[in-house]
Amino acid sequence: MKRFAASELFHSFRHNRSAMIGAAIVAMFVVMVSIGPWLVAQDPYDVAQLELMDSFKPPVWLEGGVPQYLLGTDGQGRDVLASIVYGSRISLFIGFTAMLGSCVLGAALGLLAGFYGGKLDSVIMRIADIQLSFPSVLTALFLMSAFGTGADKVLIALISVGWVVYARIVRGSTLRESQKEYVQAARVSGLPNRKIILRHVLPNVLTPLIVVATIQVGTFILIEASLSFLGVGVPITEPSLGLLIKNGFDVLFSGLWWISVFPGLFIMLIVFGINLLGDFLRDELNPRLK
Amino acid sequence: MTMTPLPSAEPTATPLLSVTGLKTYFHTFAGVVKAVDGVSFDLALGEILGLVGESGGGKSMIGFSIMGLIDPPGRIEAGEIRFEGQDLLRLDEARMRGVRGKRIAMIFQDPMTALNPLYTVGNQLEEMLRLHTDMPAGQRRARCVEMLRDVGIPQPEERLDSYPHQFSGGMRQRVVIAIAMIAGPRLLIADEPTTALDVTIQAQLLRLMKRQVEQTRASLILITHDLAAVSQMADKVVVLYCGRIVERGPTARLIRRPAHHYTRGLLDSIPHDDRSRRRLHQIPGSVPNIRALPPGCAFAPRCSAAQPLCREVEPVLAEFAPGHAAACHFPLEAKL
Repeated sequence: MKRFAASELFHSFRHNRSAMIGAAIVAMFVVMVSIGPWLVAQDPYDVAQLELMDSFKPPVWLEGGVPQYLLGTDGQGRDVLASIVYGSRISLFIGFTAMLGSCVLGAALGLLAGFYGGKLDSVIMRIADIQLSFPSVLTALFLMSAFGTGADKVLIALISVGWVVYARIVRGSTLRESQKEYVQAARVSGLPNRKIILRHVLPNVLTPLIVVATIQVGTFILIEASLSFLGVGVPITEPSLGLLIKNGFDVLFSGLWWISVFPGLFIMLIVFGINLLGDFLRDELNPRLK
Repeated sequence: MTMTPLPSAEPTATPLLSVTGLKTYFHTFAGVVKAVDGVSFDLALGEILGLVGESGGGKSMIGFSIMGLIDPPGRIEAGEIRFEGQDLLRLDEARMRGVRGKRIAMIFQDPMTALNPLYTVGNQLEEMLRLHTDMPAGQRRARCVEMLRDVGIPQPEERLDSYPHQFSGGMRQRVVIAIAMIAGPRLLIADEPTTALDVTIQAQLLRLMKRQVEQTRASLILITHDLAAVSQMADKVVVLYCGRIVERGPTARLIRRPAHHYTRGLLDSIPHDDRSRRRLHQIPGSVPNIRALPPGCAFAPRCSAAQPLCREVEPVLAEFAPGHAAACHFPLEAKL
């Protein structure tokens, strides 16, 4: 930790305002999803806590608003703020898990393709090319309608879309690193290939991954929101931010704007924060921009 | 013919390494590249052999062939590499891994990339001990310190925890030598070990390598284009041109009385310390396209003494003095 505080990365972070803002937003969301459920008044998933009499209450600062529901309520009397807190948990969970999943899968395939080359490389990279030629939302939409809905299905769909980026980046870096003499030196030292890949190549190709991984969390949150909005995402009983927007969308033009606008703002905010952080990492970790 | 086996005619001192008829070809789209084309040589224990030739002459591929690390599209087509009595080409990958690093070590040209930037020098030294010895963890660090001191790195205890970027090029190459020698190999293959370094430290490192090899009674193959370096280091020299041996012999004799015109040309292009300020000699032309070698002697197009015969018939390697052989129809030696 001390080493990190003294590092160059941390120093430029301290002097980069947008990076600090991004980090603050992300930190706020992390705090919100971890302790938020104990702070908000109701559990929006627990039907017993809902009060139908309180449905369609506007935010507190508008006429008819009540202090109990800061950002108003939806048609079932669910507190919009509480829904956002719970929904952010699902959105962030899906975003991070899908990122980790596609990172591990993509990096593994990219390492194999780059290190061994030949037929294995051709097969893996052609699959990646095919995958890449379809828009990601379309692929996910297709998979979702084939496998059905649910958070686990969303994860599968996102991972099968997301691994391609990692595979391509890692393959490229692996090709480059494998040419370097320390990999040759590891080979002439009698190290088995498995160890060369894991111990010598992998750590040296990680840096570009960190950048992509950061930005991809934001992308995944957006794709998940799109899927949920289109009705093939997470189930209605445990709504993510995207599904909250869809729920509110039906009544948006009746003037009940707060049900979908607030979850929308939160999606915007988290993706914005993540991208600020990702941009900073890209500038700092890319040796070509240095 | 009687069925009684003949008494072994082998001399008592079998060579440490014996390469016979080695052919390493690369099958590319544009044709077959004969990177190593029928190369044979012996190396005794404790001997230093210089492999000399221009870039693209197949020098490095001999090293990689011995190591069993020829990647597709390359393939060892024929030949035998006997090391400590066993044919390396017949060993399976697992047994071969036991040879690499432990019995035969190899170092490369560029000290800037030869070390993994993410691990400390000590870590990379220890990796060799973990891999090839059963030395207990407690002793490994002491051994690494000793090894670093041996290759002339000041304050080895502290330097053990330094990262490669904290070393200068020359120091890094010392570390590389330490890593190569720490498991006690019998043979060190050094592929252009000093080419990327300042002239001022090239000699230091060559001396260091020579001392390391002599101390441990190991053998050394020095792959280089620098005939001057070889003349100070090696016991014998093999000169390669387009994957074939054009001349081989004991160093002193080969330097003093080269037989092949190519060797002569290489020697003439070494700057001398006379103040005559004359232009350095150079060999006209460049290495021919190795995919389409001319018939006959591959060097003929650049050779000042070439005759029509040279362009038609490939000369064979012929010994004309003990240990000294050349592949030339009109060797310089004949005039003497």
